[in-house]
Amino acid sequence: MNTGRERAAMTYIQGETGDWEMVIGLEVHAQVTSKAKLFSGAATLFGAEPNSQVSFVDAAFPGMLPVINGVCIEQAVRTGLGLKAQINPVSVFDRKNYFYADLPSGYQISQYTQPIVGKGEIVLDMPDGSSRTVGITRLHLEMDAGKSLHDQHPSKTFVDLNRSGVALMEIVSEPDMRTAEEAGAYVRKLRTILRYLGTCDGNMEEGSMRCDCNVSVRRPGGPLGTRCEIKNVNSVRFVQQAIEYEARRQIEVIEDGGTISQETRLWDTAKGVTRSMRSKEEAHDYRYFPDPDLLPLVLDLDWIESIKATLPELPDDKKQRFMSDYKLSLYDAGVLVAEQARADFFEAVAKGRDAKLASNWVNGDFFGALNKAGKDIQDSPVSASALGGLIDLISDNTISGRIAKEVFEEMFATGRPAADIVEAKGLRQVTDTGAIDAAISAVMAGNADKVAEYRGGKDKLFGFFVGQVMKQTGGKANPALVNEILRAKLAG
Amino acid sequence: MTALNRLTMTEALTGLDRRDFTAVELTEAHIAAVESARPLNAFLVETPDQAREMAAASDARRAQGEAGLMDGLPIAIKDLFCTKGVATTAASKILQGFIPPYESTVTANLWQAGAVMLGKVNLDEFAMGSANVTSAYGPVINPWSPGPLGAWPRRLVPGGSSGGSAAAVAARCALGATGTDTGGSIRQPAGFCGLVGIKPTYGRCSRWGIVAFASSLDQAGPMTRTVADTALMLRAMAGYDPKDSTSVNRPVPDYQAALTGDIRGLRVGIPAEYRVDGMPAEIERLWDQGVAWLRDAGAEPVPVRLPHTQYALATYYIVAPAEASSNLARYDGVRFGLRVDGGSLSEMYENTRGSGFGAEVRRRILIGTYVLSHGYYDAYYLKAQKVRTRISEDFQAAFTACDVILTPTAPSTAFAIGEKMDDPIQMYLNDVFTVPASLAGLPGLSVPAGLGADGLPLGLQLIGRPFDEETLLRVAGVIESAAGITALPPFVA
Amino acid sequence: MSIDRATVAKIAHLARIKVPEAEQDHLAGELSKILAFVEQLSEVDTEGVAPMSSAVATTLRWRPDQVDDGGTREAVLANAPDRAEGFFGVPKVIE
Ligand SMILES: [Mg+2]
Ligand SMILES: [Zn+2]
Repeated sequence: MNTGRERAAMTYIQGETGDWEMVIGLEVHAQVTSKAKLFSGAATLFGAEPNSQVSFVDAAFPGMLPVINGVCIEQAVRTGLGLKAQINPVSVFDRKNYFYADLPSGYQISQYTQPIVGKGEIVLDMPDGSSRTVGITRLHLEMDAGKSLHDQHPSKTFVDLNRSGVALMEIVSEPDMRTAEEAGAYVRKLRTILRYLGTCDGNMEEGSMRCDCNVSVRRPGGPLGTRCEIKNVNSVRFVQQAIEYEARRQIEVIEDGGTISQETRLWDTAKGVTRSMRSKEEAHDYRYFPDPDLLPLVLDLDWIESIKATLPELPDDKKQRFMSDYKLSLYDAGVLVAEQARADFFEAVAKGRDAKLASNWVNGDFFGALNKAGKDIQDSPVSASALGGLIDLISDNTISGRIAKEVFEEMFATGRPAADIVEAKGLRQVTDTGAIDAAISAVMAGNADKVAEYRGGKDKLFGFFVGQVMKQTGGKANPALVNEILRAKLAG
Repeated sequence: MTALNRLTMTEALTGLDRRDFTAVELTEAHIAAVESARPLNAFLVETPDQAREMAAASDARRAQGEAGLMDGLPIAIKDLFCTKGVATTAASKILQGFIPPYESTVTANLWQAGAVMLGKVNLDEFAMGSANVTSAYGPVINPWSPGPLGAWPRRLVPGGSSGGSAAAVAARCALGATGTDTGGSIRQPAGFCGLVGIKPTYGRCSRWGIVAFASSLDQAGPMTRTVADTALMLRAMAGYDPKDSTSVNRPVPDYQAALTGDIRGLRVGIPAEYRVDGMPAEIERLWDQGVAWLRDAGAEPVPVRLPHTQYALATYYIVAPAEASSNLARYDGVRFGLRVDGGSLSEMYENTRGSGFGAEVRRRILIGTYVLSHGYYDAYYLKAQKVRTRISEDFQAAFTACDVILTPTAPSTAFAIGEKMDDPIQMYLNDVFTVPASLAGLPGLSVPAGLGADGLPLGLQLIGRPFDEETLLRVAGVIESAAGITALPPFVA
Repeated sequence: MSIDRATVAKIAHLARIKVPEAEQDHLAGELSKILAFVEQLSEVDTEGVAPMSSAVATTLRWRPDQVDDGGTREAVLANAPDRAEGFFGVPKVIE
């Protein structure tokens, strides 16, 4: 990881007593995409009636036993492979013991000393075009707890066990991040990879991805400080805000002569502050031990290979390919691969066409229009082949780029193909030199003074003449021809 | 004709097949026996109406020629098995009022085989005990207690934790009963009550729907009056269950077919380490007698070494409480059972669990919590699991030299309620012979082999290779014939 | 290792079991006795021995990803000491 000094200076926080450096590690809980729960056959759908997706296993009734869902194992392995991580052929499920209202069995089945996935890495794409590698410590499978609702009743907490037993992948990073932006980029990149793999829908609003942020501060290059963990932050924006706030809070405490105590904190969305969690104040002793209801999980090496063979092309590889095959810039390629659907759409448009033009159209007008309409690619009124049709009309000089923008707006509004719109509106480009000639003569005649100025050396007026000629032809004149003939005629 | 409740299962099936009596008649006889045996406190819940219904349905099946393996045979169910719609308590106050909405796999298998449920029987609370004195619903009296029913000069324990099961079968209230065995809870009460009981290989019977005590040790098994009945009932109970990750997928043999009586050439291991200090001479004599019977039948006794035997109890009293402390965390007053209110969630938990669990259960949860806690895990739990490996390896080595191991079942005959109760360790010593096989996951069987000087039953234990229940049953059959015990508990004599 | 009353109080709280103060000393004595008994294991040489992870010599079996359970809200809630509008009710927790 390039903890280079060159970037260091820019990332420090200025305190009253000097510079401080943040050290950030993230634990992301990603809900595994599966129909049924990790250890029971109850459904995992979001938004169901309370306690309607609960088996007696999930509610920890007497005598109930866990049986593991094979697809969840496969998803964890896929994710591990996608993170270029080591897959452990033998892993063990442990019980993490603690009492809480939404933890029916009094223990969470998780993986402690022997997780299913070991060390891996993620490459972050920073907004300035640079990249950074963040280490993945491990990925383990565990069950989710239920949900406690504290605000439904004056004296009671309500418990809904629908989430109890849903499979989670806990993905733990190394403490490799130094700024809130890096943490944000990490979460975004991880989400992209999970979505490419189809192992988690990455939907943070529905809680499919939650982030625990471990934050500490230290003097640049100094020993590590005491960290605080901010639990369950549920958006990229909040991750950045919470980390930024927490680091400044810690600096203030230390600079005021205080010390940081290791604790669990909450991000208060409304107030924009982190605060200590009262309910988790007491020291925990989780008494981990291997779950005797489950046996060691043993993975067949050939099976792991067979999963590897089904992995899709991942964003980093796709980006490289887009840059080398399509000669796209790092920036354009990065924007396109951020979502698989986007990249796929681009490739469909670019097939057999000018890739640079395709990328400009997809990243430009197309996404602009989608954004404005609040639509996803799936429900775009303009398909990839329709957009390709428009680009074809530009390439064969049927219409100019400027006219094309007008046509695209029409396409987006009506869903009609480009060729129909061009035909119906008579937007074909004028390539008849006679007509262009005539238009130029008219413009020159009407602007004799400007012609004289131009000929006297005021080159900048060339653009003015182009504009006037285009106006004269209703924008349909072929710009290259206009340039060529105009230059000749003005030269006299 | 013998009273219907004095038949063995095998005899009862013959009678039913010959239409000498109906399942309803057989069941009525047992319902009456259950009622008259109430002073024993064996039954926590009697289900006579359900029993009559099941018996009638059994008669209908038999008339159709569709009788199952145990069709029409009335049995008792240890109240650790969840039974759909019938209260299940684990003999604990903390499960007060709990009605399971599901049926355990083992009991479901039994009903599938046609067995008839007489009710739920008493046990040590959460199966933690060796005398059935920790039940929240009072102790069970061993029907071998001298004196007339209810006027016992000495009230003897039936053993535990399956004490209600043992008492019910010995008192002829049921033809058989389900038990569960974690460290000896089937074998030791079978020994104390003159019954045959088998703890099958770990993984042979499903644990699904059985209130868990120590998951890596718990196994269900039958308790009956004869070896043949045990073979029959085990066949009905056993089987692969996809709902239990530790259930083993292999076919269930016809165990009765294994009772050939032919043990010629069989090597019977005699472990010197089971000759513990202070073992009563009569038990040692009985053991020697067992060896002689088997030799007479053509088997070959061989000395074997099980060097880590002396550490088995200590290992067990770390592993079992540790697992129990976690398994019993679910009894928290939120979803079922007892709740004792408190000002906060934590107080509610502490009040509920403080008053819902009895002294022995509390003790074990606390020990289990301690040995798993930060800083002690390696010294206690991890160490115990390593010693457990050693104990298991001892057996593997022994079974290269022998085919079955013979030992006493328990170090004494049944003692009186109140004895051995001041010191938990004294009580734990009851399981000294049964615990090693439990730790190794091996099948163990107790068969009545004689009576002590006090006239009380004594059992011998057979330990076998994994899934070799057949050899245990075959050898037990030989001991049963040789011993030829005719004595009956005073209660039914 | 002998357990004192403070340790009893600590593990009792970890286990969420109320132990009246009057019983703590007695319990400390009993638990200490049990610990003293199990400590004989330190005599056993377990160098290089793997802990026993299971009594069955098989590995974990996988279930298909199939929804075949749940949807039984009434049965799930039927035994609850405090049912509150389709939820389980517990004393209010302040986070
Ligand atoms: Mg964590
Ligand atoms: Zn986690």
